[in-house]
Parts: sequence; structure tokens; C-alpha cells
Amino acid sequence: MRRLVYVLPLVLVALLGVAFYFQLGTDTQKLPSALIDKPLPTFNLPPIEGDGVVLANSDLAGKVALINVWASWCPPCRIEHPVLMGIAASGVAIYGVNYKDKPDDAKRFLTQLGNPFIAVGADRDGKLAIDLGVYGYPETFIVDANGIIRYRHAGPINKVDWEQTLLPIVKKLQAR
Amino acid sequence: MIAEFGHFALTLALAVAFVQATLPLLGAHRRDTGLMALAPAGAMLQFALVALAFGALMHAYIVSDFSLANVAQNSHTAKPMLYKVAGTWGNHEGSMLLWALILSLYGAAVAAFGGNLTVTLKVRVLSIQGMIGCGILAFILFTSNPFARLDPAPFDGQSLNPLLQDPGLAFHPPLLYLGYVGLSTSFSFAVAALIEGKVDAAWARWVRPWTLAAWGFLTAGITLGSWWAYYELGWGGWWFWDPVENASFMPWLAATALLHSAIVAEKRDALKAWTIFLAIVAFALSLLGTFLVRSGVLTSVHAFASDPTRGVYILLFLVVTVGAAFALFAWRGPALAGTGRFEPVSREGALLINNFVLTVAAASILLGTLYPLFLDILNAGKVSVGAPYFQRVFIPMMIPMLLIMAIAPMLTWRRADAGAAIVSLKWAGLVAAIVGFGIWLFINRASALAAFGIAIAAWLFAATMWELYTRARTWRGLLRQPRVSWGMTMAHAGLAIAIAGMTASTAWKVEDIRVMAPGETTEIAGYQFTLSNVSDVRGPNYAALRATFNVRRNGQAYTTLYPEKRIYDVGRQPTTEAAIRPTIWGDLYAVIGDADGNGSYVTRIYFNPLVGWMWTGALIMVLGAGMSLSDRRYRQAATADETPEKSHGVAV
Repeated sequence: MRRLVYVLPLVLVALLGVAFYFQLGTDTQKLPSALIDKPLPTFNLPPIEGDGVVLANSDLAGKVALINVWASWCPPCRIEHPVLMGIAASGVAIYGVNYKDKPDDAKRFLTQLGNPFIAVGADRDGKLAIDLGVYGYPETFIVDANGIIRYRHAGPINKVDWEQTLLPIVKKLQAR
Repeated sequence: MIAEFGHFALTLALAVAFVQATLPLLGAHRRDTGLMALAPAGAMLQFALVALAFGALMHAYIVSDFSLANVAQNSHTAKPMLYKVAGTWGNHEGSMLLWALILSLYGAAVAAFGGNLTVTLKVRVLSIQGMIGCGILAFILFTSNPFARLDPAPFDGQSLNPLLQDPGLAFHPPLLYLGYVGLSTSFSFAVAALIEGKVDAAWARWVRPWTLAAWGFLTAGITLGSWWAYYELGWGGWWFWDPVENASFMPWLAATALLHSAIVAEKRDALKAWTIFLAIVAFALSLLGTFLVRSGVLTSVHAFASDPTRGVYILLFLVVTVGAAFALFAWRGPALAGTGRFEPVSREGALLINNFVLTVAAASILLGTLYPLFLDILNAGKVSVGAPYFQRVFIPMMIPMLLIMAIAPMLTWRRADAGAAIVSLKWAGLVAAIVGFGIWLFINRASALAAFGIAIAAWLFAATMWELYTRARTWRGLLRQPRVSWGMTMAHAGLAIAIAGMTASTAWKVEDIRVMAPGETTEIAGYQFTLSNVSDVRGPNYAALRATFNVRRNGQAYTTLYPEKRIYDVGRQPTTEAAIRPTIWGDLYAVIGDADGNGSYVTRIYFNPLVGWMWTGALIMVLGAGMSLSDRRYRQAATADETPEKSHGVAV
């Protein structure tokens, strides 16, 4: 029995090694291809505080919109926020999904940094984020007028990302 | 030409490392002095060759030799000289070369200063260092050659990420690597001890200074990185529980545990297998850090280029190095039973609790860092583990440890009277209670938990000072304290100060984010900030928007802050340069954001209480490590209780 304890670290290293090996080939910046060109998962989210539904699939129907998954505790979200403010000011619809956050923190974040979202739903148990395959925060999805996911951006959007990558996709989808 | 020379030196270094890794090991087994003598010579030569290669690469950066792909991708003629030099290691290939340089530096240091070690142990340690050297040098030469040429050479380079053009960050990687790679020495000592099948007091005493040096550098490196994030990322935060930060924090926790368990191994002949285990784990976590940063297995705020081929190699390197060490551990470890009996209430008992908490803390951070990866592999969906997990798990674990940490130095070895030790600390308890309640009653009632955190810091600080007093009693007694004891006192007191800073700056941070027009005033934490003007300025390789904030306090001019928002000419990437005015009680921190088009600007102003205490505390901890290292005891080493091993080491 005592000997087994000494073998345990070796077993753990072997298991970790195998786990890492299988992870290496996959590119974490890319959406699992299964979700691109597929409809948004069904969701109906409550507001940041309180009950009821403020954000559901039907809210997005008929327009090209961005869905941004964020949290007040996520530093890159803070870095990204001014860019979202600019996008909202340019007239593109952004919906927020507030991931596993404390209501007070989330509200403070929006009061202080501004609220670029048409509506913010709270993903309190993280279910929608899992359905969307969200990996790191923030993460942004472009959804077309039929509720189909057309693009996914992992990590904060900066001005260059917006102008050179995301905006052209939004324009193309809007033109359709 | 110089680049080819560097490449050649690097290839030669690999050959030398191979010899250093193999023949002396055989020599140590056969007691062949001729073969054993290859180890120190190899270590010195390997260091000289890697230093030549590193010098060649640095030369290419200094003269902006853009015919080297590495320089062309990562440098630019318009860059200030400091960042050209720092550019040598501000990229993947160069930073791996720095890793190899520091590894061979430690090898050469063991060869030079390890004179008091038994000959076979020294030779085996150097051989293991040689093996690690083989691994990293082969990695550089075969997957990450910094000397690859470009034809035709471009006219100018593509610059270094402007976020990284910063004096704090220029020295962050070397310090961090001195820490990470320094743990390779503890690892080599552990593996050599497993080969010899013997861990005694002398071994434990030898391993401590090397671990302490690595720990000091690691502390300094982590602090510098956190300080950089604080003033450069522009929102006043200093720790994100980002995978890359965790990767540096886990080896720190393991090294801290190792430092303390080695004391028990030395004084009480106990926890021997555990100490070996920790030495392996500490370096394994360092390698894991390298792997996580370089392979792109986990996404992180730290945007490093990632490459799966390199990932596979580093993974292989990691698994072979650590796997071989643990295989040896599984074979030889059970024979390392200690003779020391363990009483739960004793200094060794307290150190055992310290080790338990630090290890569990490191394990839970590892779990949090790798959890998303495991879920992904099991196809259970992709998730990200954020700061809330780490805070909820880590902070409650630290509280009992800090409470006991204050008492432990008052306990005696073997069997202690815990009651008496606690009673003797009654004044420290009183100080902590007064500080805690005082803060809660008179200063800030927003968070009872934060007042409690400060009280714990006060408890640790007061108890550490009291312990120093009971040892010294008089001013003259203070001067007679050995430097290792000063090191302990400084490290513990420094941690107390840093914890006060961490608690206060997290709990009582005040922020004010608004749109301000020039001439407007806002008040925060009793300071009035007036945005007097915003102007365009030119830097050596960037254009900037510079705001002038006149800060007044109680109606009197207090200071002027000049935050900037810079756009670098190459890459057009914007960076924020926060303006910070440190005071004893907190930092005034101002950031200028975008213009809104109507002559107003987004401004962010923070008051970060006691944040400077964090850096001060960490600095005291690092100085404490230096103080201990300068103690003569380490240099005189363990000749007194020398073992028979030495005699047959030299005899043949």
C-alpha cells in the first residue's frame, strides 16, 4: 500500500501528458465548427437582478446582431468595453450575456463604463455559455436575421478586429 | 557571420551538454575520477558557449540585423536601445535561449560554488543539469532556431508589441526565468539524491540555498509582472488569475513549501521523501508554465505566439523529465523513511501544516487552470474558470496558514507547548484586534472581511516582530542575530505587509469613470481632480494624447498627473500609460481614454489604498532571501556532519 503512494505521481504525470497531447492539435481560438452556420441555442435569460425574461431568441429575430458574453470580473472585458461602446454608437445591435456575475458588480460595471447593450440577460449558471461553447471571456458572436451564428470572436475585440474583420461580416449579412 | 558563429556555439553547447549528461554519471557509478571531472568542466564550457550564442543574438538586435528572421519580426530601428536589447528575449526563440542561458548559469554556479558537496553528489547534480540542458538546447536548435536567416533582408523590422515596451517588462522575463530555471537545481539535487538513495541533513542543507535563490528571483519576477500589469493595463488591477500568471504562482507556492520542508528534513530527519517530491513538483510546475505559455493549449490574456510542433516537443520534454524523476521516486522513495518522530504540536508539526496548505493551494490552482482543458477533452463543453473560483478557494485556505505562521517560529522542535506560545503572543493578538476593530469602527465599514484581512496581516507582523524581540531582547542582541534568522523575519514581515496591501487595494479601491471636458473637476477619496487640458505630444516612436490633471487636496494644490494614451507608429496599437502618484496610504491613479468627439474625454480615476505596501512587502521578502543567502553558514556548509560517502567518493 505504502509503495502505491510513491507510484501515484508517476501515474498522474502520465495521465496529464496524455490529456495535454490530445488538446494540442485543437485550436482554441476557433469555434467548434459544429456551431458556425447553426441556429443559436434556445435561451431565455432573466435580467441581471430579479426574475422574468429580458433576453430570448425572439428578441434577436429579424436583425443582424452581436451577442457579447462578458463578466465584471473579467479584465479583458474591461479592456474591450470602450470598443463595444463605439460599436453600439455606430448603430449595430449588441446584446449582452452576463456570465456568472454578482448583480451588484455587473450593474456597477455598466453604470461606470456605460451600457452598449440593447438588453442584458444574466447567464447565472453558465448554461448558455456552455451551449455556445464559450471558452474565454469576453467572446462575441455575430448572428444573422434568421438567428444563425455566422461568426465567433474569442477574446476582446479591438478597433482593428472590429474594422477589418467583424464589421465587414456584419455589413455583408445586413446587405442580404 | 556573428549569427552563424552564435548558431555554431549553440550546436557545440548541445554536444557538450550531452557529454556532461552521460559520461560523468557513469563515472560517478564507477568512481572514475577522470570521467567525473568532465561534469564541472562541461558545466562551465556549456555556460560559456550558450553565453556566446546569446551574445551573438543580442548583437544582432543591437545593430538591427534584419537578415535574421527573428530580429526582423521582433525589432525595429526606431526602437529605443533598451528595448532593442530587451527584444533579445521578448520573443519565443530568444526567450528560450535565455532559458538555456540561465540553466547553464546555474550549472556553472553549482560547479563553481559546490566545492563543499560530496563529489559524487555534485557530479550527479551536474549530469542531471546537463540532461535538462540537452532537452532545451535540442528544442531551440530543432524547433526554434533564433539564427534563421531571411533572404532578402527587409529594410526595417516589425517591432515589438508596444505593450511590452516598458522598463518593468524588459526585466520581468529574466527575473522570472532566474526563478523558474533556478528550481532546476533543486530538481537535480532531488534526482541525484534518489540515484544515491540517500537524503540526509547535509543534503537538505545544500539544497536550501539553491531553492532560496530561485525563490527570491521568482518572488521578484512575479512582483514585477504584477506591477507592470498594474500600471500598464490601465485599470488598477494587479492580479487576474490568468493561466500564465497561475503558471508562475504555482511553482512559487511549491518552492515556498520546499524551503520549509527542507528545514524539517535537515533538523529532524523527517519529511525526506516529501521534500524530494516537492523539489520535483516545483520544477515540474515551472516546466508546465513554459509549456502552457508556449503551446497555446490554454487561452490567456497574454498573447504569445503558439505553435503545436513546439507544443509537442515541450510536452515530450516535460513528460520525460518529470516522468523519469517520478519513476525514480516510485522506485527509491519508499526507502527514504525518516527517523524523526513527529509530535503534532511542535515546530515541525506547524511546518507540516504550512506544507499541507501550500500544496493544496497549488493543487487547487492547478485544477482551476486545467479544468477547462479537461472538460474540453471529455467533450463536456468549453468553460473558463475565472477569478471568482480562485478567490473563493485560495483566500480561505491562506487564513489558517497565516494564523499558524505567526505562532510557528515561537514553537520548539520535537515537542512544543502551544498554549505557552500563544500566551506569549498576547500583545500581537491585542494589536491585531485593535487594528481590525479600529478599521471597522472608524475607517471603513464597507467590508468586515477586509478589516479581518488587515487584522490577520497585523497579527502576523506583530507576532514576527515579537518573535524577533524574544530572540534578541536588546539592541546588541539584534545585531548578533544570524543572517538566516533575519531572512526569515524579513520574509514573514514582508508577507504581512504585502497582505495588508492586497486586502486594502482589493476591498477599498475607489473608482470614478466619467466623461470630462477640460476644466471640469471630480472628487475621489478626498482629492479633487481637475482636467486642465489635453494635448497631442510626440514620443520617439509613438504619438500620444496627454492629459493634465491638477490634483488638489483640502483646497491646496497637491500634485499634477499626466496620463497618456499612445499610438505606436508601427503596428498602430494603442496603449494606456496611467499616471500614478504613490502615497503611503494609497496610489492616485489616472487614465485618459478616447475623445467623445465633442471636446470631452473618457477619464478613469482610481484611489488604490495601500497598493504600494504590496510591492514594498514583496521587496522585503526578496531582500530577506538575499539576507539568508549571504549567511556564512551556507558557505561553510555541512562539513561537520559529513558522511562516509565522501571518503569513497574521492578514494578511487
